[in-house]
Amino acid sequence: MSDFPHTPPKQSWTFSNDINAEIRRAAATGIYDIRGGGSKRKLPHFDDLLFLGASISRYPLEGYREKCATDVWLGTRFAKNPIHLDIPITIAGMSFGALSGPAKEALGRGASAAGTSTTTGDGGMTEEERGHSKTLVYQYLPSRYGMNPDDLRRADAIEVVVGQGAKPGGGGMLLGQKISDRVAMMRNLPKGIDQRSACRHPDWTGPDDLEIKILEIREITNWEKPIYVKVGGARPYYDTALAVKAGADVVVLDGMQGGTAATQDVFIENVGMPILACIPLAVKALQDLGMHRKVQLIVSGGIRTGADVAKAMALGADAVAIGTAALVALGDNDPALEAEYNKLGTTAGAYDDWHEGKDPAGITTQDPELYKRFDPILGGRRLKNYLKVMTLEAQTIARACGKNHLHNLEPEDLCALTIESAAMAGVPLAGTSWIPGKNGF
Amino acid sequence: MQTFDLSAQGLRALNSTLHALKGQTNQTSWEVINPKGAHAIAVGLDAPVDVTVRGSTGYYCAGMNKQATVRVKGSAGPGVAENMMSGTVIIDGDASQYAGATGRGGLLVIKGNASSRCGISMKGIDIVVHGNIGHMSAFMAQSGNMVVLGDAGEALGDSLYEARLFVRGSVKSLGADCIEKEMRPEHLAILADLLKRGEADHLAKPEEFKRYGSARKLYTFNIDNASSY
Repeated sequence: MSDFPHTPPKQSWTFSNDINAEIRRAAATGIYDIRGGGSKRKLPHFDDLLFLGASISRYPLEGYREKCATDVWLGTRFAKNPIHLDIPITIAGMSFGALSGPAKEALGRGASAAGTSTTTGDGGMTEEERGHSKTLVYQYLPSRYGMNPDDLRRADAIEVVVGQGAKPGGGGMLLGQKISDRVAMMRNLPKGIDQRSACRHPDWTGPDDLEIKILEIREITNWEKPIYVKVGGARPYYDTALAVKAGADVVVLDGMQGGTAATQDVFIENVGMPILACIPLAVKALQDLGMHRKVQLIVSGGIRTGADVAKAMALGADAVAIGTAALVALGDNDPALEAEYNKLGTTAGAYDDWHEGKDPAGITTQDPELYKRFDPILGGRRLKNYLKVMTLEAQTIARACGKNHLHNLEPEDLCALTIESAAMAGVPLAGTSWIPGKNGF
Repeated sequence: MQTFDLSAQGLRALNSTLHALKGQTNQTSWEVINPKGAHAIAVGLDAPVDVTVRGSTGYYCAGMNKQATVRVKGSAGPGVAENMMSGTVIIDGDASQYAGATGRGGLLVIKGNASSRCGISMKGIDIVVHGNIGHMSAFMAQSGNMVVLGDAGEALGDSLYEARLFVRGSVKSLGADCIEKEMRPEHLAILADLLKRGEADHLAKPEEFKRYGSARKLYTFNIDNASSY
């Protein structure tokens, strides 16, 4: 009998090693998994789209000789002082608290050098960021930590945050390890507590209230500042339409690949939609209202390269925002720190326990010994380089498509590699004229 | 006293005029007539001036106030004195939802009743309500003092942090992590001061109140407390 071969061990797809490990972790600790970052699933994304490039019917522009403009105006609808950025790649909201002071400074330095804006986060405005950001967007969040009229007035734009892609419908978390004296003071909380931000605004609910809230903010700031409304990728058609109705100058739309400083893994991976699925719906809402390009659309969630920028803009976005990619540019998850990541039980590229405040790169921490390692001047230079490269990449593609401005990219420049991405993006499957879902098929 | 006719001159002109008072104090006394429930009346003020609104107001009256004293001779809509930084706001009538939401300083006095979520997420403001307050008041209240001469609705002080709540009447129910606490002499002193500044010292005595605050059991996550959320 022993000569018969045994049935080889077979792992369950349903109860995979990862799933079983999570069950054991939950059983041992009694707490859900909390982590930073965005969705780690393989999702339909910009990688599933290709540009067609020029051909006989469309001629390209010379790569180094013919101009391809990259600038963008934001807030032209109502604001007396709309923002003009040199490049359409902005830095997404990330809080002081989640990030160290030097990391916020580096974001400001890099963005300003590249001609773009940074955004505060769920922790108020720091001097590091205001001082080093030529253009600073001040987030107006449910928690209202640090909110005050003086900072509203010294911001260049105000972003009313309804939701974010990593957790549409959820509030922020900042666990006790990162509630230092300074963070506690700015947020008016006891030091060291596990802080959970509110998931909805304390003094308005629904689009009719939001309209009045925006009126109040405009009155306080003399109608000078562009007002953005940020939503997570949940119901982008209706959220965009309602933000426009409420009086937004700019809609910011964040897909589920967009990062967070800390929230439940189950939330990150199971709530919201990928940005690819969100953009066409938001653009459709703007077009249906006759407001495309009048109310600007900024999209975020998994933007990594100039190709991603170009694809987002071809689908109709006016600009993009980056968060996780900016942190990587600063030095987050750098393999040079592999030995230290190993000590934390992880590896470079996978480190996402930002909430624990032990970041060896000194970026997602409030530990002075760790954040002293981070050089904000060098970090700023790295971010500037990265932003410039992305811009050049996007221009390269746009010129190949015959466009003299990134905003002239259009869905007709794209095709899709998969049926799913074709359906989501509303562009033809490569080699066909088929857009799934269009014309009843 | 300067008189501003809101119906005739408009909201933008009102707020710009009041904002322009920052840094000069020649015109320290203002009245706003014909408010007709308009929203965002006298928001973002930053000067030690007195503004009396003769009538009822809509949303966010005196929002983000600094230094100014704003008195509403009527009732106030939702979010009155939201995120107030300093100064005083007095409502002669009732206040709608979210009165004093996220307020960081100053004093809000409501001489009638306040609706639900009064003092939600308060961060240092003092609130004195002569009447009753509605449900979920002082939700996630971080700091400051709330004094209620009447009764409190359901779930008072749910998930609150370090704010102090003083209620003279009944409390329909306490929210998660909110408990009754011992009234010590320092609390009686705080109450006496707030009753006086809240124009209520003739209506109630500090000894008639009970104090509520955080049990601090939800400050750090513990799975055994999950049913409290």
